[in-house]
Amino acid sequence: MAMKLELQVNGIWRSVAAEPGSMLLSVLRDQLDLTGTKYGCGEGQCGACTVLVDGQPVRSCITRAEAVAGKSVTTIEGLERDGRLHPLQEAFLGAGAMQCGYCTAGMIVEGVALLRSNSDPNETQIKQGLEGHICRCGTYPRIVAAVRMASLAMREARHD
Amino acid sequence: MIDRRQFFQALGGGLAIFIAREEAPAQQQALPQEIDAWLHIGKDGAITVSTGKVEMGQGARTELTQVVAEELRAPVASITMVMGDTDLTPFDGGTAGSQTTPRMVPQLRKAAATAREMLLDLAAEKWGVDRAALVVSGGKVADPKAGRSAGFGELAEGRKLLKIIDASVPLTPPEQWKVAGTPLAKVNARNIVTGRHRYPSDITRPGMLHGKVLRPAAFGALLVSLDASAAEAMEGVKVVRDGDFAAVAAPTPQAAERAVAALKAEWKTTPQPNRAELFDYLKKNMQGRANPNERGSVEKALAEADTRLRETYTVAYIAHAPLEPRAAVAEWNDGKLTVWTGTQRPFGVRNELMAAFSLPQDRVRVLMPDTGSGYGGKHMGDAAIEAARLARAAGKPVKVVWTRQEEFSWAYFRPAGVIEVASGVRKDGIITAWEFTNYNSGGAGLQIAYDIPNYRIAFQPARSPLRQGSYRALAATANHFARETHIDELAHAAGMDALEFRLKNTQDPRFRAVLEAAAARFGWGKTKPAPGHGFGIAAGWEKGGYVATCVEVAARPGANPKIERVVEAFECGAIINPDNLKNQIEGAILMGLGGALFEAIDFADGRILNARFSRYRVPRFSDVPPIETVMLDRKDLPSAGAGECPIVGIAPAIGNAIFAATGTRLRSLPLVLKGSA
Ligand code: FES
Ligand code: FES
Repeated sequence: MAMKLELQVNGIWRSVAAEPGSMLLSVLRDQLDLTGTKYGCGEGQCGACTVLVDGQPVRSCITRAEAVAGKSVTTIEGLERDGRLHPLQEAFLGAGAMQCGYCTAGMIVEGVALLRSNSDPNETQIKQGLEGHICRCGTYPRIVAAVRMASLAMREARHD
Repeated sequence: MIDRRQFFQALGGGLAIFIAREEAPAQQQALPQEIDAWLHIGKDGAITVSTGKVEMGQGARTELTQVVAEELRAPVASITMVMGDTDLTPFDGGTAGSQTTPRMVPQLRKAAATAREMLLDLAAEKWGVDRAALVVSGGKVADPKAGRSAGFGELAEGRKLLKIIDASVPLTPPEQWKVAGTPLAKVNARNIVTGRHRYPSDITRPGMLHGKVLRPAAFGALLVSLDASAAEAMEGVKVVRDGDFAAVAAPTPQAAERAVAALKAEWKTTPQPNRAELFDYLKKNMQGRANPNERGSVEKALAEADTRLRETYTVAYIAHAPLEPRAAVAEWNDGKLTVWTGTQRPFGVRNELMAAFSLPQDRVRVLMPDTGSGYGGKHMGDAAIEAARLARAAGKPVKVVWTRQEEFSWAYFRPAGVIEVASGVRKDGIITAWEFTNYNSGGAGLQIAYDIPNYRIAFQPARSPLRQGSYRALAATANHFARETHIDELAHAAGMDALEFRLKNTQDPRFRAVLEAAAARFGWGKTKPAPGHGFGIAAGWEKGGYVATCVEVAARPGANPKIERVVEAFECGAIINPDNLKNQIEGAILMGLGGALFEAIDFADGRILNARFSRYRVPRFSDVPPIETVMLDRKDLPSAGAGECPIVGIAPAIGNAIFAATGTRLRSLPLVLKGSA
């Protein structure tokens, strides 16, 4: 039977009833109606479902719901603060780094984590960091450019 | 058909311009029976434009907004495109074949220009001045001499004016474009980066259940018996069986999975061809007769040629694998069916639903929220019908989202094919004979852009072992691969440079222009490949666009060569949005790279053996070579679509570069060197 879980999602404590075997992706999408996080493969291969759990990027499609009990989850919907986009969201807009945009949420969330661990990643490091993500539309060069742009903007903002 | 009263009831008063499907007689005032699109200006100045075209990432929403903004002299933000809703948008045959740009762009330009002229008339009448004294800009009509202006909304207020587009209305020439022709950012990009945009698979409805279909044991399998008792005993589960279709609806996706797993089904399978025998099978199972396109005498020309060549090329089935799998939410209300689904043919899906449920047109509505891409793969309404069947049985809305495995197995594929080419060339490098037969993969892109006096070109349909259908550029990928590889082989046989040979055999100025542009940017003939490296070139034309691609590869022991760089020149008439165009070209090159180097559907015994991203490799970040694009902007030519043509050059260019680097000629897609991992 469904199991009660408490988790913090985008800063708010939520209580959910997760069915046995249900994955974090389904909890977010089907129970909390946070549909910004996408399903692309269900086997950890495409990155569309990426969210941050306690700041670390995870594939929510293969992360059991009970494994995140008591933890803090950040989804694409949680990156905007007081109507202000995260610099990486801005950079995706600036670089036009999307076509259909279905991969975008996963790319941005992973990119945010990447920029936290390395504030000035070079092209190779960005490609390595995002290798687990598929953009079937092939906007890869623009995604790399967007992460570079955001890294620059964030470093400049820090120096202001 | 348009009902004037209903139209204004829905949208409020204002001005409306209709684009009639058929050109209306000049004086005809009656509203057309069939329209292609409409444009409305409301009293708040909001401009609503409706077209049956859909947005799947190719940028149609943005480009159409741009051309309307251009002709109407209105801010982009004041324009809303209503797309892909069969109740609100005019009928459309489907968003495919790169037809949105050549067909919808000119129509919307005319509609917006007609509206602009109407607004000028209204302002002239309002102020009692000559319309020549007025200027339209920024969503306003101004009378500069008198120092007054009126917004579009103000002019439209209190009116209920309907007009059919004026085919002779003056259009802004592309050289004077200020909004069209510029790199406007995607209009709904902010909703995408914030996760707010709802794709078809994100739609939810009150009380909605989740559906899951029991997939057959193999292609062509028949459902002999079904024991659904265990599933039916589960709380809130509804089981539907109808012929070979069996599916469940349940309150959660997990419950639906458990229920479908509890179905005990017995299937009767029939032997199915395997991948290993595919190409033989296609040639042995022709269907109907090819209808060749012929000129001169190929036999005679072949007999007289100084050098003759005869080769066979093959292409594998590949999957579109759109990142958003097929999805649909269906809801029945008082006998009316509403379905939200990702499809390139909302009206086609409406027809499928009408047929499946014996419903009249006004009882079915299909909505297509901007979708997680299609690439030609989302033409059919399978998921829509599945969700609708379940929703009808359950008496509640039902969502069906295909898993990735379902998407890889039960959608349809880019056709596999065998292509036979025989050709003859004269000592001076002129191609004199060309015989080209495509088995199964299709007729798109068959015709040559080379000036060959004798040819016979044919598409021979065959029975396909797998379900196949449309793909980005259709068979043009296969036909260009065979043709441009063969041309390279001919150049080699004639002892000529691959670029020089192509230029020698075509007078088509647009074809020559892209070849020359790509070659110049690449440095073709100016630099020599490093040891172990090779240069390859290929070119083509398709859907009104021309493309030429140059590639440098580096041989690697025990592995397929590495793609060092790609240069692609593309020309599709007047460019509407250079940023979107570049995005489309890069995307097409990268998608084409997958089909060129590693994508292939593996199948045996009626099952797909690699129906997962872990087994079916698609291009990733590490596969991306440096790409340079050269966009030739022909403002004097009508704009053509760009979703397809730029994909056709990459595979043959890579193959030709591999030959240059290694001396091995590869004639099958994907290109895999023997002994490479
Ligand atoms: S959906 Fe989770 S990695 Fe693809
Ligand atoms: S933009 Fe379509 S999958 Fe990345």
